[in-house]
Amino acid sequence: MRVYHFSEEPYPDAWGAERPSLRITLPNEICDPKVTHRLYNRYIDEWMLADELGFDIMLNEHHSTATSLTASANIILSILARVTERARLLVLGVPVGNRPDPIRVAEEMAMIDCISQGRLEFGMIKGVPYEIEPANSNGVSLMRRFWEAHDLIIKAMTTHDGPFNFEGEFFHYRNVNVWPRPYQQPRPRVWISTATPANAREIGQKGHVLASFMGGIAETVKLHKAYAEGYRAGGNAGPLSVDNFAYLAMCGVGSTEAEGRRRCDVIADYLRTNAQVADPFNKPPGYFSVEAAVRSARSLNPRAFRTLYTPSGRAVELSTASLDDFIECGIAFAGTPDQVYQQICAFVDGIGGLGNLLLMGQGGKLDAADTTDSMKLFAREVMPRLKEREARRPAFEAA
Amino acid sequence: MTRDLRQHELNGVTLGVETAGAGRDILYLTSGMWFGDDSPFIDRLAAHGRVIAPVAPGFGPGDPGARMTTIDDIAYFYLDLIDALKLRNVLLVGASFGGWIAAEMAIKNCRDIDAITLIDPLGVKIGDRETRDIADLYGLPDAELRARAYVDPSIFVSDVKAISDEELTRRMRARESLARYGWQPFMHDPKLLGRLHRVDAPTQFIWGAQDRIVTPAYGREYARRVPGARFVEIANAAHFPQAEQPGAVVEAIISHAGAPRAAAR
Repeated sequence: MRVYHFSEEPYPDAWGAERPSLRITLPNEICDPKVTHRLYNRYIDEWMLADELGFDIMLNEHHSTATSLTASANIILSILARVTERARLLVLGVPVGNRPDPIRVAEEMAMIDCISQGRLEFGMIKGVPYEIEPANSNGVSLMRRFWEAHDLIIKAMTTHDGPFNFEGEFFHYRNVNVWPRPYQQPRPRVWISTATPANAREIGQKGHVLASFMGGIAETVKLHKAYAEGYRAGGNAGPLSVDNFAYLAMCGVGSTEAEGRRRCDVIADYLRTNAQVADPFNKPPGYFSVEAAVRSARSLNPRAFRTLYTPSGRAVELSTASLDDFIECGIAFAGTPDQVYQQICAFVDGIGGLGNLLLMGQGGKLDAADTTDSMKLFAREVMPRLKEREARRPAFEAA
Repeated sequence: MTRDLRQHELNGVTLGVETAGAGRDILYLTSGMWFGDDSPFIDRLAAHGRVIAPVAPGFGPGDPGARMTTIDDIAYFYLDLIDALKLRNVLLVGASFGGWIAAEMAIKNCRDIDAITLIDPLGVKIGDRETRDIADLYGLPDAELRARAYVDPSIFVSDVKAISDEELTRRMRARESLARYGWQPFMHDPKLLGRLHRVDAPTQFIWGAQDRIVTPAYGREYARRVPGARFVEIANAAHFPQAEQPGAVVEAIISHAGAPRAAAR
């Protein structure tokens, strides 16, 4: 098992429950360049610490928001490619359906892979609904564009005998010939995130890594099952490794239970503020199916784009959920190292194994002291046990 | 008024076409807005002719996918529909998004069109690049859109608890499919303004005096680019004069019709 440290690199001073919108409409006059300078460098220090402690590294990107200063994950990754030594560098991911130029993506990925000596893990994502507006991409054709970009990028990374022609529905190039080649041959692994079994099946067919975010045991089991079906239908041979699965949760560790819980509770404000988006930017047309849009319009909180359920089926309202709600749902691990270890083991056993645990170890207003202490406790007292335990786990379908 | 909804297969695309009434062919292109309802107006209009109201691809069941993505796709498709349904001496009427489609049809071919009425149409860019001519439909809460689109927003039932799943589905399809065709450039065709001189049928613009989705000033400039077009402002109406002042709109359409032109074919 690999454990990835993840942070969205927030701008905490502007992040508050009192703001009607943390995204898209929040003026950047409250984004102080001097503070931003300090924050970027603080987060880079934390990524470097993650590398030293034995974590791998996960970044993503968001736009027009105080919740994340990572407007380009590739820029931070380029720095980390040089200043870290051993960590895998996961971008999860590049919103390829929102980017205008897939060839540029292929080039940047290959550069980062070469600079880091083959440590890139390449995630492609659809992106959350409120990313549609900053990119001004059309939600109606988003997934057609996503898959066309996916195909083009992979072909560009793996074609070595000179230019090829590409004239698709969205992207047109007469001479695709990307320099450099990626360091990893034939190409870095591709990861794709989803929350629906239909997409999980398609990702399985292609044999990519399936990442899911904070779905809890029941939802994750459904996704992994659909993935396995697709994996077989796609003609992929050999045992299906748990390395093809990744799951993201929040994590806070402390010397005492109270300290670990407090840290995770601060991180959890990341989720609680998810729906803090100016209406109607959380519901771009075409992003959700018409059926889902109808269901959502009739739901308890039409502004939320996602509802969480406990294992017993209780609906949890994200904006007011307690830390215990999140722990019960399997999307937060919090407390002492022992407690966190037990919670993770229970979760991983519940889904039949996991090769890549993605941990949001910094979120919201969690400061550098709390973040690094939590990371150190995890690295020293949880990670070795977890890695040793999971190294003995059989392939997914044998489990 | 009896209304008949039939599915037609045209160029490999399925579309619903509603017809009502008898007499002169009135091709009515609905507003396409999820916060509007053209249904009562179709009944009013059908007292004066045979109203043919297509449901644009994507606004009904089924996904037209990559076949239908631009306003040109619909404009050519509806010109083919005129041929397929053998419509002649057509009174072409389009509201809002439907008005945009009608204008795009009119610059291409007016052979079977006798007269055109555009009701608060979208479709052109008038102001400079930093001026938003058309309200940001996907950037404003629905309550604000209704406030801009109606003098009296209460005439539109917005409470989802008070409407059927069928009606809610219609609205959600409209909200999605309007973006399918008009997301970028936003609800306009940058080339349309420079081609309006090609419109070869008597044209009138009807505009709700209090429209704040697209203002009457925008409408006047739009109309000025169409040879000989007249501009009629309707009092006590905003973006949907056909809903707020249906009598005045019907009267304007019929009085503008004139006698059938001699067949050009």
